[in-house]
Amino acid sequence: MAESSVEKAHVHAPPEGFIRKYVFSLNHKVIGKQYYGLALAAVFTGMFLSWLMRIHLVWPMLKIPGLELLTKAGAPGGIITPEYYLSLMTMHGTLMVFFVLTNAPFAAFGNYFLPIQIGAEDMAFPRFNMMSFWTTFVAWLVLMLAFFIPDGPPISGWTSYAPLSAVGRDAGPGMEYGMSLWGISIALFCIGSLLGALNFIATTLDLRAKGMTLMRMPLSTWAWFITSCIALLAFAVLLPACILLILDRHAGTSFFIPAGLVVSDRVQPHAGGSPLLWQHLFWFFGHPEVYIAILPSMGIISHVLVNSLRKPLLSHRVVIYSMMSIGFLSYMVWGHHMFLSGMNPTSALAFSFPTLTITIPATVLTLIWLGSLYGARIQINSASLFSLGFISMFVAGGVSGFFLAQPSIDIYLHATYFVVGHFHMVMGVASLFGVFAGTYFWFPKMTGRMMDETLGKLHFWITFVGTYCIFMPFHYLGLVGNVRRYQSFVDDFMAPYMGWHKFITICALITGAGQLIFLYNLIYSRFRGKPAPENPWNATSLEWTIPSPPPWNNFGGKHPVVYHDPYQYGVKGSKGDFVMQDSPEQVIASGD
Amino acid sequence: MGKLLAVVLVIIALASAYPIVTNMFELPKDISTHGHAIDEQIKDTMLEAGISFVGAQLVLAFLVWSFAGRKEGSALKNFPGGAKIMVIGAFVLVGTEILALGVMGQKAWANVYFTSPAPGALQVQAQAEQFAFYFRYAGPDGQFGTIHPDKIDEGNQNYFGLDPANDVAARDDIVSGELVVPVNREVQLLMHAKDVGHSFYVRELRIQQDFVPGLDLSLHFTATQIGKYEIVCTQLCGLGHYNMKAYLNVMSQEDYDKWQKEQSTQ
Repeated sequence: MAESSVEKAHVHAPPEGFIRKYVFSLNHKVIGKQYYGLALAAVFTGMFLSWLMRIHLVWPMLKIPGLELLTKAGAPGGIITPEYYLSLMTMHGTLMVFFVLTNAPFAAFGNYFLPIQIGAEDMAFPRFNMMSFWTTFVAWLVLMLAFFIPDGPPISGWTSYAPLSAVGRDAGPGMEYGMSLWGISIALFCIGSLLGALNFIATTLDLRAKGMTLMRMPLSTWAWFITSCIALLAFAVLLPACILLILDRHAGTSFFIPAGLVVSDRVQPHAGGSPLLWQHLFWFFGHPEVYIAILPSMGIISHVLVNSLRKPLLSHRVVIYSMMSIGFLSYMVWGHHMFLSGMNPTSALAFSFPTLTITIPATVLTLIWLGSLYGARIQINSASLFSLGFISMFVAGGVSGFFLAQPSIDIYLHATYFVVGHFHMVMGVASLFGVFAGTYFWFPKMTGRMMDETLGKLHFWITFVGTYCIFMPFHYLGLVGNVRRYQSFVDDFMAPYMGWHKFITICALITGAGQLIFLYNLIYSRFRGKPAPENPWNATSLEWTIPSPPPWNNFGGKHPVVYHDPYQYGVKGSKGDFVMQDSPEQVIASGD
Repeated sequence: MGKLLAVVLVIIALASAYPIVTNMFELPKDISTHGHAIDEQIKDTMLEAGISFVGAQLVLAFLVWSFAGRKEGSALKNFPGGAKIMVIGAFVLVGTEILALGVMGQKAWANVYFTSPAPGALQVQAQAEQFAFYFRYAGPDGQFGTIHPDKIDEGNQNYFGLDPANDVAARDDIVSGELVVPVNREVQLLMHAKDVGHSFYVRELRIQQDFVPGLDLSLHFTATQIGKYEIVCTQLCGLGHYNMKAYLNVMSQEDYDKWQKEQSTQ
């Protein structure tokens, strides 16, 4: 099987000219880097927006120099208006969820390393691949355009609940053109992601090298493969949802708008739609999206961790099956976002049970990681620190899910900062820790240069401690009923807690500034870093059998042959305590 | 550096647990009949989640302390029992946890949603709109007037679009910006959204429920303590979302009757 598919592999000629090489490139490695660059631009924009929000919450009258130049209406005199807060929040969420958490761990690293890790020369459909990146890029441009139109960005949050998002101008500033741009942007993003997901699946199934059975694929590749299956189904639902939303706004349809609504003193010319329809479609995508963000990071940190442990994980298969179960279950739980939405209360119980059940594979994964640490020789470097940090963060964000999965508790905690703390930790920070681990680990391969370890470790400590300081208090504030999506806490009961909000803001400013160290390290090391050898981490998978950076066709026209499971560590090999996947030598247990 | 990570993990685990153990962030007092079950559920979950969190961080710290930075050549060991024990452990431990919490939690949920209001419950219609709540009482005739969206006129304080000229039932309807209820009497809230989605959240009542345009929902509760409590909107509804609030005013039956009378004569 695998033998014949090597010949089927798509072979294209080496690219010529600047545009073909670096802009409209068909090469999966260039496309991976393009995705990474886009995610980088989005994450720093998103982080900057969160700074503005945090500042506005605790020092609403603070003049931010220069801000007026960016937005006259949103920050006259450099002071953020209350309504602009909602725009910042919507754009922060949209940028982070779509353009960072979907792009970085999945599209960026997946594009770069999935083909190499299975021994392929490129993706199955290089042209689709190029199209998927450039569609995503246009989606980003369209979204960013919302900052520069007089109307400003939309104010309905990244979930864009109808009818607020569907009735247009009457819903408030930003809801006319800004909201339309949002809808178009996300629809485009869906198309890009669908093309990408199809490509990942076809590549994984068709282009594996000889000997690369499914079970011999590294865990990162497994995670990208499972994620693409999830993405294929999830974005295929969000795309029509966005189209229906656009139709409601511009073609006079009423998919999400019921009869008799009076918004801004105007009876809306719609009848027959249902706001809950949007919620169902959105969350049918939205919950799997959480796993689209976190699964690749699970795979990446497993791949990095096992290398720093110098011995295999307790079980390769169990990790794969756990990730599969998480992916499967992610489709049965979307209703837990809607416990209080007015849907039938009996269905809350039906959604609660599978939600709680996801804890089982998640716990299995955690225990496998923890158990694998036992008796290992853990090598501490920036990559492994972020992997260990991921475990800590994943547990911290996971246990709070236990509360929210129960509808009875959700009555009290829904729409409070408890929820915000929960998803930031597990879907945001944990997933970004996977991206950081992957970056420190793979940077030498991608650029041919090593990253600075001292700066890397400094970056880890600031980020690790900082994120706990920011997001743990979110949970506490949620417990006292601090509601989310408020640009100012006018409720009397919130007054005693403003000190905590100040603390969070200060931590957010420091932790955010710490990310500049990462950015500096990235740029500095790219040009001035120590030259990287072929296999700096004594790793075993196929990406470490080729030069750093790899040639345009990865294996120089040769077809690698795979002899082993991906993680032969802690053995007696010819090169040390490991045996590479493509080495024909026999694996001999190290005997100690 | 491995040892440092271990120490930091222990500090994080303890520091995170400290505010919970010392009750620095207490839930506001509960003034409902059903809220006790919810509070218990939160407490039980906090115990289980807290132990899982602190336990996992401490185990991680211990493993990192013991096995990080070991010299090359030091013996590699495998966890006794291997993956099997982990899988079984996860299924048994988490499985029981899920069942226990799920079954108990179902009761707390059922208290709120699977019971119907008592036949004599006080019916109040709640209307949510950008950015206010209005409450309507049927008045002496016990009947609500019909809502006419085209007659809604904020300027003339006709928030519900009533038509008293042609609609007899609407004539004695009482409309208030405050939700006034008698203590210890069951209230059935008939929820109606005028424009976009909103939500009704009273922390002390342990009640939160969305207003969904086009969908008239009903909710019932009994307030057990006299006092004024904030009602806030928790569904993002536009510009003034943060400012959308009202008060729940729980009165003694006498005060309530007096209030009703005052309102009718106005």
